[in-house]
Amino acid sequence: MTDASELYEVFLQLKQGGPHEHAGNVHAPDAEMALQNARDVYARRFRPLSIWVVRSDHITSSSPSDDGPFFDPGDDKPYRHPSFYTTPRGVRDV
Amino acid sequence: MKAESETAELERFEARIDRGERIEPKDWMPDRYRRQLVRMMSQHAHSEIVGMLPEGNWITRAPNLRRKMALLAKVQDEAGHGLYLYSATETLGVAREELVDQLHAGTAKYSSIFNYPTLTWADIGVIGWFVDGAAIVNQTMLAKSSFGPYARANVRICKEENFHKKQGFEIVATLASGTDAQRAMVQDAVDRWWWPSLMMFGPHDDDSPNSQVLLRWGVKRKSNDTLRQHFVNITVPQARAVDLELPDPDLEYDEESGDWTFGEIDWDEFYRVIGGDGPCNRERLNARREAHAEGQWVRDAATAYAKKHASRQ
Repeated sequence: MTDASELYEVFLQLKQGGPHEHAGNVHAPDAEMALQNARDVYARRFRPLSIWVVRSDHITSSSPSDDGPFFDPGDDKPYRHPSFYTTPRGVRDV
Repeated sequence: MKAESETAELERFEARIDRGERIEPKDWMPDRYRRQLVRMMSQHAHSEIVGMLPEGNWITRAPNLRRKMALLAKVQDEAGHGLYLYSATETLGVAREELVDQLHAGTAKYSSIFNYPTLTWADIGVIGWFVDGAAIVNQTMLAKSSFGPYARANVRICKEENFHKKQGFEIVATLASGTDAQRAMVQDAVDRWWWPSLMMFGPHDDDSPNSQVLLRWGVKRKSNDTLRQHFVNITVPQARAVDLELPDPDLEYDEESGDWTFGEIDWDEFYRVIGGDGPCNRERLNARREAHAEGQWVRDAATAYAKKHASRQ
């Protein structure tokens, strides 16, 4: 088969003010059809507020081997959390 | 050296499985895990797609608009489920076109149940009740599969399939409380679909070549026989509630285990249908090939349109 279809990742915004969340992917020859296919495949039962489609090969992702050093900087700074700090007894709503 | 690091990788992989972690597409996995997943997930996808055919047969002859809308929506859902599952399979690096080609070439399998004909309207009710009921039992288990994309596809499918079973049982219950002719028609459908539905869970655990490794690696969480027993246990009371008889003289409640014990499945029939010699195997594959060939102009037009617009920008 030689169908020139591209893979698109689909993101749906389900709630007012909520984030777009990944739902899955679709094949389509262009972005316009990807959007229509995404509606037909991932929104048959409800009305999402909006849909994003983005070509899968335009996404750069971290790889499983990154799980050490790449993410460490986010995991070794307890002083970024409020529980790191002490408040004098009896003081409230700090 | 390579063999040694493979062993270490395998140990790490199995430790992750034991901790109940989900495996994602880019993670290291044994070749056999990947191969079994591609086989199982593509068979599941093909089953959804071929599964549209027996029910599609009755869309134009649904007895009223309510039934027709429900059946149309259900068949459309099956197409969607096929697409979720092809997408999930593609995360393992195999192209959808390749999988579809395998189906059309007859080298890929799909659920044996779809090789049986839908002779009357009652079959549509009984398919929803038995076939979707059995599929829900299976897919609820697969929603906890160790492979992330497969588990997520099954979560989505399970949410949608509940109405499939309920609309089927509504048809069955309506016919079962109807005229003598309607009762006879639905009993006949029950008689024809019961045993093939039990076959949907696959061979006995002892005769299932892939089961052990699939269970060890958490692709499946329960064995074929366990799932089949669960299906029988939930279905027997439903049949009694609408006063229909399941065609098994050996069906009996076992006080000790709390299970409904049942007779032996005709495994010769099972292997004959799996092997391509069921009542409708050739018809189903021809219908798929034709549908694909007749849709070629749509794909060509969409591609030409995309090219034209890309060149203008």
